Amino acid sequence: MSQLTEIRWHARAGQGAKTAAQTLALALLAEGKSVQAFPEYGPERRGAPLRAFTRISDTPIRRHDGVTEPGLVVVLEPSLVHETDVTEGLLSGGAVLINADERPAELAAGDVHCIPADRIAADHNLAFANIAMLGAVAAWLGAPSLEHLQDAAVRTLGAKASNADVRAAVAEGYAWPR
Amino acid sequence: MTAELLTGGEAIAHGMRQGQPDVVPVYPITPQTPIIQVFSKFVSDGRSHAELVDVESEHSAMSAAIGAALAGARTMTATSSQGLALMAEVVYIAASMRAPIAMAIGNRALSGPINIHCDHSDSMLIRDSGIVQLFAENAQEAYDLMVMAPRIAEHPDVLLPVAVCLDGFTITHAAEPVELLPDDVVATFVGEYHVPHPMLEVSSPTTRGPFAMPDYYYYELRHAQGVALRNALDVFIDVAAEFEALSGRRYEPVQSYRLDGAERVLIALGSTAGTIKDAVDELRDEGEAVGLLRITPFRPLPMDEIRAALAGAQRVIVLDRADSPGGVAPLGAEIAATLYGSECELERHVYGLGGRDLGVADVRAIFAGGTPDHFGVREHSWPA
Repeated sequence: MSQLTEIRWHARAGQGAKTAAQTLALALLAEGKSVQAFPEYGPERRGAPLRAFTRISDTPIRRHDGVTEPGLVVVLEPSLVHETDVTEGLLSGGAVLINADERPAELAAGDVHCIPADRIAADHNLAFANIAMLGAVAAWLGAPSLEHLQDAAVRTLGAKASNADVRAAVAEGYAWPR
Repeated sequence: MTAELLTGGEAIAHGMRQGQPDVVPVYPITPQTPIIQVFSKFVSDGRSHAELVDVESEHSAMSAAIGAALAGARTMTATSSQGLALMAEVVYIAASMRAPIAMAIGNRALSGPINIHCDHSDSMLIRDSGIVQLFAENAQEAYDLMVMAPRIAEHPDVLLPVAVCLDGFTITHAAEPVELLPDDVVATFVGEYHVPHPMLEVSSPTTRGPFAMPDYYYYELRHAQGVALRNALDVFIDVAAEFEALSGRRYEPVQSYRLDGAERVLIALGSTAGTIKDAVDELRDEGEAVGLLRITPFRPLPMDEIRAALAGAQRVIVLDRADSPGGVAPLGAEIAATLYGSECELERHVYGLGGRDLGVADVRAIFAGGTPDHFGVREHSWPA
């Protein structure tokens, strides 16, 4: 991760893409990385397709333009692949992590990993797949450490969920079977 | 000092809190709302003693701010876009009544069509109001400038409102590492609020906001106001030097980025400067003699510093994030006036209106002499 890594998150508004983008940044900041996390604001309505972004670098991040060529795409809401090309601009060598049990037909080509994050979330009394997907993202990136990510997730979610559930969901996502 | 992950809006709210305002009139508008939302929470949590005044409009927010500031209370507020447009009438009054109000502007396009995203047309609308305008490149700068704002506003040679301008969404809503100074350090830096003859000091009554006739006072007071605004440049330099001693972070009226030997120089305000720096580094690695000049105070405009920094440039390219239909966009016009008589070529572009993205590739294209299709308007250049 010596150079700039850019991540694009796909979700529906209200599913925690902004929270996930920021939580990842928070955990990486604790490891001394330079980070930037921002959502893309469109029509402000719950359920609308929404994108968020995380930038990671070893050197200070100065650019404030949009992310157009991500190295990693994370899909929190699998139904979005029917209406959006989630691989748009994906760098060669980049990957897609999707919250799904099976690989969707729309993503037949390329490096695609399915994580059963809805199931993990349900097992740990969480409303959304974002926390489990965060674990998978960290495993794919090789950073942040599981412990840093768990700490950041607990800090971000605060009283919204039990700390034990959050830590367990992150850990299960982190150990997802490749 | 360790950095925290904060959005620009949160960073501004911390700067406000640490500056210990007594009165904060608030009215929400996107993308400024997170600023007053976070600040309101500080008040509810007992982390600020400020009297939060829920007003019914931005016009009222600035009106309340003037009253509070002149009565003897340190006063702050924040707004954006249409809110600033509604407030504009009273911003002129604040400046003319020499009310040292510190405010934040989350820069957003003016309607219409209605748009919530960034450009600088709102700040440019109050360009001539007499307010000091400081443009931040990122969340750290937004915080730092907010900490400095009351010092500049309340300086006896200035006594004017000061606006910290940060790009809407791009900075207000983007989370970045921000180093906050300790509360007590900022409290000491900012000091006690003091204005000459606070109106609640009934032993020395004064008249504020009087009528002024053509033959007396109007011209004199306007002149005095202009002198005070120009004084704000030296005060900014002094306050920034003090701030650097505390924080290690340096602020100057203009920031020269790789201008040594630069033949082509871009000029910009706000967050775009960071994107340009990345493009400049790429092009420098490829042997291109390019650089960036970023201007922090647009009012007062540091004309001497701009002229000096551009002395070696052959081609100056101004990026304006606001237009002026039928005329010359504001930053381009200012730079043309500043460089009048200079030998260098001047090129002007309007870009980024209503949040249109400007990428590193676009910046490279502009340095190469082009105009990206989706990018905006290339205005007249000199020579044509």
